[in-house]
Amino acid sequence: GAMGGSASLIPRDLLGEYQELTFLSKQEILLAYKRFSELLPKEERESAFSARVPKSHILTLPELRANPFQHRICHVFSTSETGDDSMSFEDFLDMLSVFSDSATSDIKSYYAFRIFDFDDDGTLDRKDLEQLVNCLTGQGEESRLSSAEMEQLIHNILEESDIDRDGTINLSEFQHVVSRSPDFASSFKIVL
Amino acid sequence: RDSQQAETEHLSRWKRWRRTSSKSLKKALSEVRGLSSYLVLWRRDIHSIEGKFGTGIQSYFSFLRFLVLLNFIIFILVFSFVILPIIISKYGIFNSTIAYISPKNIDKNCTIYEPSGNKGLVYFYTYLKDLFSGTGFLEVTSLFYGYYTIDTVWISVMRYNLPLAYLLATFAYLALSFLWIMKRSGEGFMQNLVHDADPFQSYCNKVFAGWDFCITDPNAAQLKHRSLQYELQMDLQEEKLKQKIAERTMKEKLRIYSLRIFINIIVIAILSGCFYAIYRVTVFSQGNSNVSIRNDTRTDSPNLFMQYLPSMVITLVNFNGPLIFAFLIRYEDYAPALEIKLTLMRCVFVRLANIGVLLFSLWGQISNCDTDKCKPCGYNYKLYPCWESDVGREMYKLMIFDFLVILAVPLFVDFPRRLLVTHCSCKLIQWFGQKEFQISDNVLEIIYGQTICWIGTFFSPLLPAIATIKYFIIFYVKKVILIHTCKPAARPIRASSSNFFFLGMLLIGLILAFIPLGVSIARIPSSKACGPFRNFNTSWEVIPDTVLQFPTALQQILFGMASEAFAVPFFMIICIIMFYVIALARAHKRVVEQLREQLVLESHDKMFLIRKIAEAQR
Repeated sequence: GAMGGSASLIPRDLLGEYQELTFLSKQEILLAYKRFSELLPKEERESAFSARVPKSHILTLPELRANPFQHRICHVFSTSETGDDSMSFEDFLDMLSVFSDSATSDIKSYYAFRIFDFDDDGTLDRKDLEQLVNCLTGQGEESRLSSAEMEQLIHNILEESDIDRDGTINLSEFQHVVSRSPDFASSFKIVL
Repeated sequence: RDSQQAETEHLSRWKRWRRTSSKSLKKALSEVRGLSSYLVLWRRDIHSIEGKFGTGIQSYFSFLRFLVLLNFIIFILVFSFVILPIIISKYGIFNSTIAYISPKNIDKNCTIYEPSGNKGLVYFYTYLKDLFSGTGFLEVTSLFYGYYTIDTVWISVMRYNLPLAYLLATFAYLALSFLWIMKRSGEGFMQNLVHDADPFQSYCNKVFAGWDFCITDPNAAQLKHRSLQYELQMDLQEEKLKQKIAERTMKEKLRIYSLRIFINIIVIAILSGCFYAIYRVTVFSQGNSNVSIRNDTRTDSPNLFMQYLPSMVITLVNFNGPLIFAFLIRYEDYAPALEIKLTLMRCVFVRLANIGVLLFSLWGQISNCDTDKCKPCGYNYKLYPCWESDVGREMYKLMIFDFLVILAVPLFVDFPRRLLVTHCSCKLIQWFGQKEFQISDNVLEIIYGQTICWIGTFFSPLLPAIATIKYFIIFYVKKVILIHTCKPAARPIRASSSNFFFLGMLLIGLILAFIPLGVSIARIPSSKACGPFRNFNTSWEVIPDTVLQFPTALQQILFGMASEAFAVPFFMIICIIMFYVIALARAHKRVVEQLREQLVLESHDKMFLIRKIAEAQR
């Protein structure tokens, strides 16, 4: 059926290699290939492996269109040299692998850190946390927390996670606090 | 990919071979897992629910799936050890025969038992009535305990001791349920013990793990945004409230504590009233069944309403109890999270205690020995010649009624409500609004049903099969209700805390199920007119009886283990181990605290050095 058809489009050794390098199973890789090639215009579908899909097309995927972190996700996983956040098939697989069920929590927390780091400076400071909370509560004026509430919330977050009291959260502090969080593994996943 | 290839070049040949073989093993395992994932029940349904309503509600449906599997396995266990040998011997496969129990040393009167299986021509509606009340033709089937009046089953030359198998199967399914639930709740429980910060309320958990990346529907995303905002605001408010509570004066504290004690007394009074009502109704319903007490015989009431009266009263209490508790708890001025937990605890207690009260009032009737009625046999043999079947019948009726209520409520309440809300724009109805999927109420329903199943399986071995079918149908009913009539809750329950909560409540139900079963197996004399334990005083006695047939050395060991000389030192050793482990955990916590302080000092040192370097560079 469909699986047999697309299996012939991915050479076997490449499929095996993808299975080794990512956390995805064979069915998931084939399904990812099918969805990725649907995003390409018809002429480019044959050379799916070298094509790059612009960000606007990626954001039409149902799994990403409702996600408030969609721009950050594209930015983090894109390996485009021109900085336009377009994704190749391998970037796409990379993203699905990190968000899959079988990815280790280390990998997930590393990429979560990079996604939440809005200014890409390697630490989560107050501005990053503020933007993070605003993403969570939704776009729009009436859905934001008041500044007093935001202050109290950021103060509490730093209190719980900033171990060395330097006012920012670095990668190891973030990974430590996320390892104690029971919901992280079940919420940080995307399954096609 | 590049880094992996670079790594492989550096390894020796032996390690390279090991790595490739482990990779191929992993590939094989993942293939098997891929195939077996197709077999997981309802995988796609639960995934779509997760996408639209979030992981909190999805955990409810996973819980339902777990119960279907549990009941199915219990049924397989009971079937293969109790029912299968009987079927084999009934059809004479493997040259097998049945040896029925012949009563020894028992008063003739105790053994009179004539179940009125329908004889002759009867109206069709009698069958229907019997189906619902477990009497008539159902009474003599393998549904109830009374059918298993079998001593041994001879399969070719092997002797299969059915009474022992029946009792051991009961213990086995209880132990299996207990272990499976413990295994499933293991993770959440460990986290709760080790980390002192309450992980379910932690802000970091809510912010970093707050967004459900599984959500695909923009409407659901909108709702999730709003619920996150609401949740964060509620938590911040609650924190401010806690600060205020900590600053309360002595006078205020006294006032609040005395108010709480008063309200608790009211709650206890209400509960006692409900229990008394259930007791009276059960006695009344049983009394009504004894149509001609003068002739000292018992025929069941032809009135279906009278038969279902205890079930109806219990359902009424189960329904009103939570409303009353929710109303009262507002005056007790607790923190909001504690309010929810306390209300849920009280509701669970009410539901489970209702079953207990029903059973104990039944036993009161059975052991009603005021005018010498029990002399020969130890229980009221004239009215209840086969009392286990009667208890089984009550459990069966409870289960059927519970199922009917769960089917009827959506049909007569939820769908009309949804229709009214969408088509009628009257202000009052719009204020009522669409129904929210209340997870806690639904979970209490299932736990109530499961507790009935656990208690009832001893008296009615086919009950787990009925429970499996019941939960199977309930899954689809609830799914339809969810998708067509509900809007997602404004205050969602988180996935992790829900899993732990569901399993914890289920465990409480299981432990409470041990009590009635223990009493009926070990204390109340088993009926002499039917059942596998005819020749024993109580059902438990089959085990000492079997042990006496073991070789003497083994007997002595087993009796030694059961005596006080072994039990007391064993208990003391367990206490010592427990205290040791607690002391170890406390020491670990202290080490963690010290390490944290060290980390803070390190960062101060780092800041200090950086400043020094900056100064030196100037």
